Amino acid sequence: MSDFLLETRDLGISFGGLKAVQGVNLTVKKGEIYGLIGPNGAGKTTLFNLLAGVYRPTTGRFFLDGEDLTGKGSAEINRRGIARTFQNIRLFSNMSVLSNVMTGLGNRAACTVFESIFRLPRHRRAEKEIHDEAREILGVFGLDEERHLLSSGLPYGKQRKLEIARAIATHPKLLLLDEPAAGMNPQETAELVATIREIRDRFDLTVLLIEHDMSFVSGLCDRLTVLNFGEVLAEGACAQVLRDPEVIRAYLGT
Amino acid sequence: MKTFRFSLKKYRNYLIVAAVLLLFLAIDLFGGLRRTDANLLSQIAISVILALSLNLVVGFLGELSLGHAGFMCVGAYIGGYAAVAMHGAIGSSVLVLLLSALIGGVAAALAGFVIGVPTLRLKGDYLAIVTLAFGEIVRTLFRNQAVFGGALGLDTSSIRFGTKLYIPALLLVLFTLFVVQNLMSSKHGRAIKAIRDSEIAARASGIAVTKYKLTVFVIAAFFAGVAGVVYAHHTSPVDYGYFSFNTSIDILVMVVLGGMGNLTGTMISAAALTFIDVKLTTALSLDAAVRNLLYALILILLVVWNNAPALRHAREKYSLRTLFEKLSKKFFPKKAEEDSESAAWDKIPTKIPMDAILSADLQPDRAFTPDPPEKEEKP
Repeated sequence: MSDFLLETRDLGISFGGLKAVQGVNLTVKKGEIYGLIGPNGAGKTTLFNLLAGVYRPTTGRFFLDGEDLTGKGSAEINRRGIARTFQNIRLFSNMSVLSNVMTGLGNRAACTVFESIFRLPRHRRAEKEIHDEAREILGVFGLDEERHLLSSGLPYGKQRKLEIARAIATHPKLLLLDEPAAGMNPQETAELVATIREIRDRFDLTVLLIEHDMSFVSGLCDRLTVLNFGEVLAEGACAQVLRDPEVIRAYLGT
Repeated sequence: MKTFRFSLKKYRNYLIVAAVLLLFLAIDLFGGLRRTDANLLSQIAISVILALSLNLVVGFLGELSLGHAGFMCVGAYIGGYAAVAMHGAIGSSVLVLLLSALIGGVAAALAGFVIGVPTLRLKGDYLAIVTLAFGEIVRTLFRNQAVFGGALGLDTSSIRFGTKLYIPALLLVLFTLFVVQNLMSSKHGRAIKAIRDSEIAARASGIAVTKYKLTVFVIAAFFAGVAGVVYAHHTSPVDYGYFSFNTSIDILVMVVLGGMGNLTGTMISAAALTFIDVKLTTALSLDAAVRNLLYALILILLVVWNNAPALRHAREKYSLRTLFEKLSKKFFPKKAEEDSESAAWDKIPTKIPMDAILSADLQPDRAFTPDPPEKEEKP
């Protein structure tokens, strides 16, 4: 058994002739906060979509905790332990804040449709379990006060937090955050750094995140991978990668 | 120890149906219920079952189904046929109705399963197209079976219920409500609404999207079949012409007008539209064209009333919701809402009235002006 939680081997996808991501070998250790950076269009989100099962890779494989998840569907991958947030927030906008998190918890307590319709004991137990845990998670994110609000009515920063809360609710081993600090002011960003550290410790998580805010990345990530034109440009410890002249050139242009 | 709290909101729909049932039972007992009114009541019950079940697919799941009358057709023919066959063996006509409702419902649910398996995997409007075709094919199929009476229709005169049909029909409405409400206020209901709001996020949250879509579709088909069986007990012969595309659209209009995902609204609009439809048909029995024209006009007026920005104030003042709120405030003063899952619509923190923005360029005389800036606070 390797001590890597996530391992990708030569992972890649092409759309027609366009190789959006190719030959990516990522290794993320348990408990690590790992950054994925790169200029626009480098294939970061595409790589996330591969890991979350939105796309099927055309080459290579990836493993979570030694288990091969290549080619599985989104829902299946989520149940095996990868949860994600989206670059453009995708909440269940016509549902309350509480319901959003409770939806994420849906797979935690078993009861059939029949049991729910006829309100059998297992339904009541499941609902109570889900409700209590959802309140707990909302408490961690400081959203408990707003639990009856419509999720689309939350201010932007809290919507981002709620999306992370919903992802946490599925009890993942690996959490994929796609630009979690986008659109946040410096103070919110600083809070987010603290929150992500806290949930990593509290829920025993490994975090893989995409971000453009370099102070956020250097303040939070243990290691980094830089993507450019779908290929790995550099990887290693955070400070070292950010000093790499190749990386600076990719970002600033020559 | 949890104390029993009576929640008006949770039981409102049951109370409305039960009140209607009891009211008409009382009138009936004193011999005041006219035959036409009893008939109308049964028809309303059929419409409400159809609209409630279609609301599951259209309102909660967010898929468009244009063949609800097709599932009703399966129920009416299969259930009606079973009822006629059972009629001799079983004495109690209520028992025959319930058993045949089960048979017709299951038959329709099976049809829903067969339609749903290939189409619900696809994205986009395929379901609408396939259900549309299904509705037309299925009624033609039944028409061409000699067993089901062929072009003359299935003769169900032996099981016709007469004026008392509204009692079991309204009880079946209660059962439909029970299933729909309990399903939607469970983890499965949340999953279904999640699929409607964002399918990709639902998948990423571990929800088996196809399974839920199929479940909802099959349950909706089941109740359409049940409504069909009640129809077979109401009308003889069961005529294939009734289950046309128009009927499917009528049911869809009830759902859209009543509000997607709004059960009380759906019940009210189904009842009101059926009432208008039947009254117009009897009042203008000679001229179907005039009837269709008036029905369409009424629909247009209702849609305008529901949506026109200019009528916003009038709408808020005279809406049923306000009436309900006033009544519940009167009878249950100061009842705090406890942990209900529904969101508080009025507490959404927005400073800009959306309606004002939307209607800004529609009303040049009342142009939208932003609030004047607040005075700076002095340190």
